[in-house]
Amino acid sequence: MTNVTNKVLEYAAGNSSDLELDPDDPLHGELMKINVGPQHPATHGVLRLSVELDGETIVSCDPEVGYLHRGKEKTCESLGWRKFLPHTDRLDYVQPLLNNTAYALSLEALAQIEVPQRAQEIRVLMMEVSRIMAHLIYLGTTAIDLGAVSMFFFTFTEREKAYDLLDAWSGHRMNNSYIRMGGVYADVDEAVAKSIEEWLRAFPAKIDEFEKLLTSNAIWNARNRDVGVLSPEDCFALSLTGPNLRGSGVEWDLRRNMPYSGYETYDFDVPVGSAGDCFDRYLVRIEEMRQSVLIALQALDRLKQSKGGDFLARDRRYVLPPHGRTHESMEELIFQFKVVTDMRLPKGSAYLGVESSKGELGFFIASDGTSDPLRCHVRAPGLMNVQAIPQLAQGRLLSDIMAIIGSLDFVMGEVDR
Amino acid sequence: MTASEHVLGLGWDDVSAVEERDGMPTLQVAPQRLRELLEILKRDLGFEIAILVTAVDHSPKAPRFELVQQFLSIQNNERLRLRCPLEGDNPSAPSCIDLWPGAAYMERECWDMFGIQFDGHKNLRRLLMPEAYGHHPLRKEFPHQGIEPDRLYREWERSRIERAAEREGQEGVNS
Repeated sequence: MTNVTNKVLEYAAGNSSDLELDPDDPLHGELMKINVGPQHPATHGVLRLSVELDGETIVSCDPEVGYLHRGKEKTCESLGWRKFLPHTDRLDYVQPLLNNTAYALSLEALAQIEVPQRAQEIRVLMMEVSRIMAHLIYLGTTAIDLGAVSMFFFTFTEREKAYDLLDAWSGHRMNNSYIRMGGVYADVDEAVAKSIEEWLRAFPAKIDEFEKLLTSNAIWNARNRDVGVLSPEDCFALSLTGPNLRGSGVEWDLRRNMPYSGYETYDFDVPVGSAGDCFDRYLVRIEEMRQSVLIALQALDRLKQSKGGDFLARDRRYVLPPHGRTHESMEELIFQFKVVTDMRLPKGSAYLGVESSKGELGFFIASDGTSDPLRCHVRAPGLMNVQAIPQLAQGRLLSDIMAIIGSLDFVMGEVDR
Repeated sequence: MTASEHVLGLGWDDVSAVEERDGMPTLQVAPQRLRELLEILKRDLGFEIAILVTAVDHSPKAPRFELVQQFLSIQNNERLRLRCPLEGDNPSAPSCIDLWPGAAYMERECWDMFGIQFDGHKNLRRLLMPEAYGHHPLRKEFPHQGIEPDRLYREWERSRIERAAEREGQEGVNS
């Protein structure tokens, strides 16, 4: 038993001779081409990697994306700005509320409308809960790929609780479409806010539990340490942002450096790694979950104080009137009709980057002043993460690909759009 | 001094500042000047990260396409957007992947969706659509319901049946 552990740890220390081509290998020189995916449980969706192997060492790796391409950007052009919102849920489907917010922020930047304070607080709360849920997916799926099956169930139990809370909060479990242009769809339900607070207060103990299972686990260390090492320069070159960049020791967080939705007023830390390997990215995400809990609790506190405030802007050019008002007021009915059938954004373009769980997410939108969108481009952080796979995989063993894919963290819905 | 002020200070007459509604510093640049400007952004102005490379199809207006590129400087905490109008139906633009290798996928996607060639991109394959797909879907003339949605499938099915028939024929000869 100890023997096995020692061996595992030796490899973990980065004995690079293990990873170079072995000329005595009977298979050496005979390149073998294999397909990983598109239907493979460890590719987190429909990613296909065509890998060339010399023995078990990866000589080249070429990601093929597009198997989940649904033409979302084209869809936006036919649907119009307002009706495209539910489609943003389906991009990165593990964090719909972050996508909603990114889209709404771009629209608001183009239309230049003010979002009420209370709506911003609700958004911050929802974004942080979403971030926790997305990181839970990362943790669970990466762990199950690397053999820690029970982690998957622990993280998904927590996610399930969060799903139930979001269901009660926004009316949908998964594709919430809760955050709208100009604010949010509905005000806070006090009882649900209370249960969210309870869940958030109990959650750090769960993170400790996850860490107890993984952080000092010999196999987890062996599979993640010194695997997929990225220097800050590599990250810049590959356009990596978010936890992948922070794992390499660059303190860059859009919430801190280019704040939106009032993040500058919240108190939180930006965790960074040092080695830039899969293990550091794991540690960064674990710490980010803790920070997200802190931010979400601050937002909940503020929501108690801002009770009764507006949660949706009153700009009737872009925002639907409240429920029921259309039955009482002719003007509101006209406004509703105009917004639904013919919502026009001013001519111009806008982009606002949001710190999503995968990196910088943003919608570049361009309008020509008519009700048909001219262009809506999704700046998907996941696509950049996929792009980094070949560089990290080259020269590693085939089994390391699972650790690398897991730690880069992407969702194919967003990569392929 | 911000990056756009620095660039405008160079006194090029084919680069001009554009007011954008989101407040991001934006430069309009002519295609023949684009490459030079990109090199300055990377070398002198500290833009480490390419955020996006995409295009806007303005048809039927001319110039038809507009290349949009956005860069992020972490050391100076600033963003910059470049807009470059491209003439013609099958335009080309200088590639920036030797400066920002991360832009490779973005340029591939831009070629895939709009049919804009990037000079100097060594691996300009389609990114999202199949390689044999003959259209550029984000062009305005491409219909929203798609073109020949099952053509590729039918071709694949036909070749599969042919291959199966061939295989059967060979087996027949051997036995």
